[in-house]
Amino acid sequence: MSTEQEILSVQQLDELIDLIKKFHGFDFSFYSKASLKRRVLRIMQNKKQTFYDLKHTLVNNQLFFQEFLDEITVNVTEMFRDPSFYKALNNQVIPYLSTYQHIKMWSAGCSSGEEVYSLAILMNETGLSKKSFIYGTDINTEMLKEARKGIYSLKKIKSYAENYQYSGLKGSLTDHFTIMYDAATVHSELKHNTLFSVHNLVSDAIFNEFQLISCRNVFIYFESELQEKILELFYNSLAPLGFLCMGSKETIRSDKFKKKFKVISSKENIYQKIVT
Amino acid sequence: MSLDNNIIAHWKRSEFLLIGGSAGSFKLIFNIVKSFNADLDKAVIIIIHRKKNFFSEIEKLFAENSRISLKEITDKEIIRKNTIYIAPPNYHTLIEKDGSFALDVSEAIWYSRPSIDVTFESAAEAFKGRCTAILLSGANQDGAVGLLKLRDNGCLTIAQNPEDSEMPQMPLAAIEIKAAEYILNSEEIFGLLRQ
Repeated sequence: MSTEQEILSVQQLDELIDLIKKFHGFDFSFYSKASLKRRVLRIMQNKKQTFYDLKHTLVNNQLFFQEFLDEITVNVTEMFRDPSFYKALNNQVIPYLSTYQHIKMWSAGCSSGEEVYSLAILMNETGLSKKSFIYGTDINTEMLKEARKGIYSLKKIKSYAENYQYSGLKGSLTDHFTIMYDAATVHSELKHNTLFSVHNLVSDAIFNEFQLISCRNVFIYFESELQEKILELFYNSLAPLGFLCMGSKETIRSDKFKKKFKVISSKENIYQKIVT
Repeated sequence: MSLDNNIIAHWKRSEFLLIGGSAGSFKLIFNIVKSFNADLDKAVIIIIHRKKNFFSEIEKLFAENSRISLKEITDKEIIRKNTIYIAPPNYHTLIEKDGSFALDVSEAIWYSRPSIDVTFESAAEAFKGRCTAILLSGANQDGAVGLLKLRDNGCLTIAQNPEDSEMPQMPLAAIEIKAAEYILNSEEIFGLLRQ
């Protein structure tokens, strides 16, 4: 990467945000600026476009917008990312959830589906598959297509298997996949308990009631005001005593919501909705 | 190269110190952390390359040996003086213009997450000249481009002397693109930070 004079001022970034909102209906106003700016500069660099080229293409080329969206929304994810989180989930949350008749989970910002399938594998290995259902949502329709396929390269599976090993689960990650040539496909029995659909955390409303919501490494892209707004959405989407799981470096900063959640694991940022 | 008045003055007026290191830099960073006095009056931000799944004892070891408070960075945290911040593994650390941290899990750069370039580049815009940055030993070229951007934005930029580095590639890459205003041995780096 070079820094050859690609310059994007605060005003220009705001201009792009306005334009995208107007022409494509996605609101990035309250996204963390440093990260957003870096992504936009990356696109300008890869496409060899100046700020003015980019504005023009965004307005006139509908196909380009999908590409732009793929770059802007960080779609990097892993199965069993932060193995210690899955260990904590297994030890501190699953025993509680297992007492329910039905367990509905929501993976918000699921990208290519790795977290949804990690949860599905966890439920499968703890014998809760039959009564659990996992919703995966994202704003990026292309990513959701990938998630529904559930096909991952062997190179990725190898690194996911390493994560899995540290998660404390006793099986083997590859038990849940059919491997063909250089790709692995998630077993259909895992897919049966999942549903992927479009949902925009910034603008869409509650769509169900959940025993567990996992939204990990999504809040880092949002400014504090937006984080608080989405916490409200999550709080209202959780069943009484439902669990909220955040990324390992994300915390509930708002005093209002600190009072509404009990900390289950401060290291893994697992919270439980308090019923008042 | 000796410590001239320029470098000392720029260091003294810096509000932030950025340290980037990879292979062969750990001991040096540890000794730097140990050397700070309680009245440092600056924020220190450390980016070290490390593996993701090994719960590292770095924070604990550093904290036990530091006279000023030391912590792993969390998202949206406001940067404060007299605190040493360590970038968490498996995230990029960016700095917002309002002086807070923002984390990011986007693609690794030079096989590294945290990437020193990512932090340095965002710091260049957020801190401008109010910052000193040191690039230490390492086996790849992460940090060079970021250091150049810091230099272009008026920060004091220093590369460890490659001959004094266990792994010379990282400081060499920075020196090649003229990102380092000063090239110092580790002893000179200590000498400067003591000022």
